[in-house]
Amino acid sequence: MKRKLEASELIFKVISYTLLTMFSLCCLYPFVYAVSAAISGQHAVDYSEIILFPKDIQFEAFSRMFSDNMFWNAYSNTLFLTVYGTVWALLVSILGAYALSKKRLLFRRFFNFFLVFTMWFSAGIVPQYLNYLDTKEVFNNMGIMDDKWLVVIAMGMAAMNIILLRNAFEGVPSDIEEAAIVDGATEFQVLSKVYIPMSKSTIATVALFFAISRWNGYFWARQMISNSNEHPLQVFIRLKLEEYTDPEAMAGWNEIYSSDSVIYALIVCSIVPILIIYPFIQKYFAKGVNVGGVKE
Amino acid sequence: MKKTLAGDFLIYDKSSNTYRTNPEQLVRDDVEKHYWKHVMQTVLKDWRLYIMLIPMILVFLFWRYFPMYELLGCFKVSDEVKPVAEQFFSGFSYFKRLLFSGDGLSTEFWRALRNTFLLSFYGLLFGFPVPIILALFFNEIKSNILRSVYQVLTYLPKFISTVVMTSLVTMLVKQGSLTSNIGILSQALLGMGAISEEVANAGLLNNPSFFRAIYNISGIWETAGYDSIVFFAAIIAISPTSYEAAQIDGANKMAQMRYVVLPAILSTVVIMLITRIGSLLQIGYEKVLLLYNPSTYVTADVVSTFAQRYGLGSSSAQGLASAAEMMSNVIGMMLVIGANTIARKASDVSLY
Repeated sequence: MKRKLEASELIFKVISYTLLTMFSLCCLYPFVYAVSAAISGQHAVDYSEIILFPKDIQFEAFSRMFSDNMFWNAYSNTLFLTVYGTVWALLVSILGAYALSKKRLLFRRFFNFFLVFTMWFSAGIVPQYLNYLDTKEVFNNMGIMDDKWLVVIAMGMAAMNIILLRNAFEGVPSDIEEAAIVDGATEFQVLSKVYIPMSKSTIATVALFFAISRWNGYFWARQMISNSNEHPLQVFIRLKLEEYTDPEAMAGWNEIYSSDSVIYALIVCSIVPILIIYPFIQKYFAKGVNVGGVKE
Repeated sequence: MKKTLAGDFLIYDKSSNTYRTNPEQLVRDDVEKHYWKHVMQTVLKDWRLYIMLIPMILVFLFWRYFPMYELLGCFKVSDEVKPVAEQFFSGFSYFKRLLFSGDGLSTEFWRALRNTFLLSFYGLLFGFPVPIILALFFNEIKSNILRSVYQVLTYLPKFISTVVMTSLVTMLVKQGSLTSNIGILSQALLGMGAISEEVANAGLLNNPSFFRAIYNISGIWETAGYDSIVFFAAIIAISPTSYEAAQIDGANKMAQMRYVVLPAILSTVVIMLITRIGSLLQIGYEKVLLLYNPSTYVTADVVSTFAQRYGLGSSSAQGLASAAEMMSNVIGMMLVIGANTIARKASDVSLY
C-alpha cells in the first residue's frame, strides 16, 4: 500500500537529498579538479581559469612524470613494501591469532594483555626512532643493506588486527576442528584447511587494512630509508610537493604547463590504482568497521 | 593458593581406628610441587601452538616493548654507567623542566599539550555529529542504487593517503605569487567574503588562526562517510514495523526520529563517543607534520611533532622530547582505559 508522505517527512527527504548530493560532490570535486588541472595549460592553471573542465589541454605534465625514472622507481618500491609488508604482517598475525584463539593455550590472558597493552601505551617517536636505528645496524651487520626490508619487517604490525582475527577464529565452531583432528589433521592442517577458509572475509579485511597502511605509510619510510632510490611513492610525492611549491625554485619555470600541473598529475597517478581496485575492496572495508566492536 | 584443612591430608579410617593419607591430596601436592614440570608437559604436548605464537611475540617484543625500555635510557643525564633504576630517577629533572621551569621549552611544551587537546576537542565537537547525520540521510534514500552511489562517493576520500590528501589541501589553499594565482578553495572563500584578500594571498596554511579549521574540516571530509557505516548499520537494523506503528500513532518525522531512531542507535553513539573521548590525545601526527610550518606552530604544534622536532634532530634533546611525549602518552593511556571501563559498564561491550 502506498502511503501519502506527510509534510514533515517530505521536507526531511528533500533536505536529505540536497545535503547528501552536496556532500558527495564535495568529496568528488577535488579529484575532478586535480585531473582537470593536471591536463590544462600553464596560463589556465596559474591564473585559475579552470573551475571544473580543463582548458588548453596538454599531456606534457603527465609525460614529464612518466619519463622520470625516479617516479617508476618509487612506484615499484611502494608495490614492494605493500606486497611483502602485507604478506609478512598477515603471516605473523594469523599464526599468533590462531594460537591466541585456543582456550587450551597456557598463559592466554598474559599473551592477550601483552598485545592489548601496545594499543594503550606507545613509547613515543624518539625511542621508536632509536630502536629502528639499532635494528638497522643489526640488519646491516647481517648483510641486509636494503632499508626496505627494515620497513617491511619492523613496521605496520597492529594489535587491533590480530584481535580481529582472533575473534573470527574463536567464532569457528569447534565441532569442525574436532572432526578434522579425528581424520588425522595436524595443528597446521587444522589452521590451513579449516580456520583460514572459514574466516576468509575477516582475513581479507585485515589484509586490506595492512595493505592500506603500507601503501599510505610515509613518516617512518622517510625517516628510515636513507637512499632516495628506495623511497616509496608517498615520500616521492611529498618531496616533489616541497620542491614545486617553493616559489624561488620555480622562478625560472618556462613550460607550456604549470608547475602545479606536475603535482596534480602526480596526485592523479597515485590515486588511479586505488580507484581501480576500490569497487572490489569496498565491501571488505565496510565490513571492517562492523567487526570493530569486539569483546574479550 | 587454596587453604588446606587437616581433613585434606588425613582420612580417619573407622574400621581400623587409624588415619591414612588422602590420595587426592597427594596428587594435589604433586601438581603444586611440579608446577613447572606440568607446564612443560602441556607445552610439549601442544608444541605446534606455541611455535605459532613465537613470531608474533618476537615482533611485538622487538618493536613495541624494546622502545619502552629505550625510553628509560632516554632519561640518562650523564654518560656514566648506572643501573637503569637510578638513571630513571635522575631523569625526573626533564619532567620538572618541562612542567615547571617556565623557560622557552617549557612554554612550548605547554602550548603543544594545549594544542593537542584543542585540535582533538574541536574535531570531536564538529566532526562527531556529521557521520550520524549522514547515516540518517542515507536511511532516507530508498533506492539502493542511488544510495550506493552516494556511499561510494562519500567513502572515497578515506582511501586517499595522508600525503596525497595534504598535498591536495596545500594546492587548494596555496598562496598567491607574481606568476600564479591563489588556490581554488581560497578563491571560493574570498568570493563568499569569508576571508580577506591579504589573508588569501598569504596562504591559509601560513595563517595560525586557520590551522585548526583546515585540519578538522579536511578530517571530516576524509572520514565522515566512512564513519557513518557503523551508524547506518544500526539504523537499518530497525524493523520497518516500528516506523509503521509510530505513524499509526500519529508521529511525524521529528517524533519518529525521537522515539524510534534515537533509542535504536543510542548505544552505538555512546560507545563511539566514549572511544573518541578516550583517544583525545592520540592525534594523527603525520597529518599535522605534513600541514604545519614554522609560521603556524602557535596553533598547530602538538606533542608528537614537538617531540619529533627536538628528538629526531639532535641527540642532546632526546631525553626532553621523550619525556614530553611520555607524559602525553601516559595521560592518553589513562583516558583510553577509563573510557573502556565506562563503555564496559554502560553497555556490556568492551572495546578490547
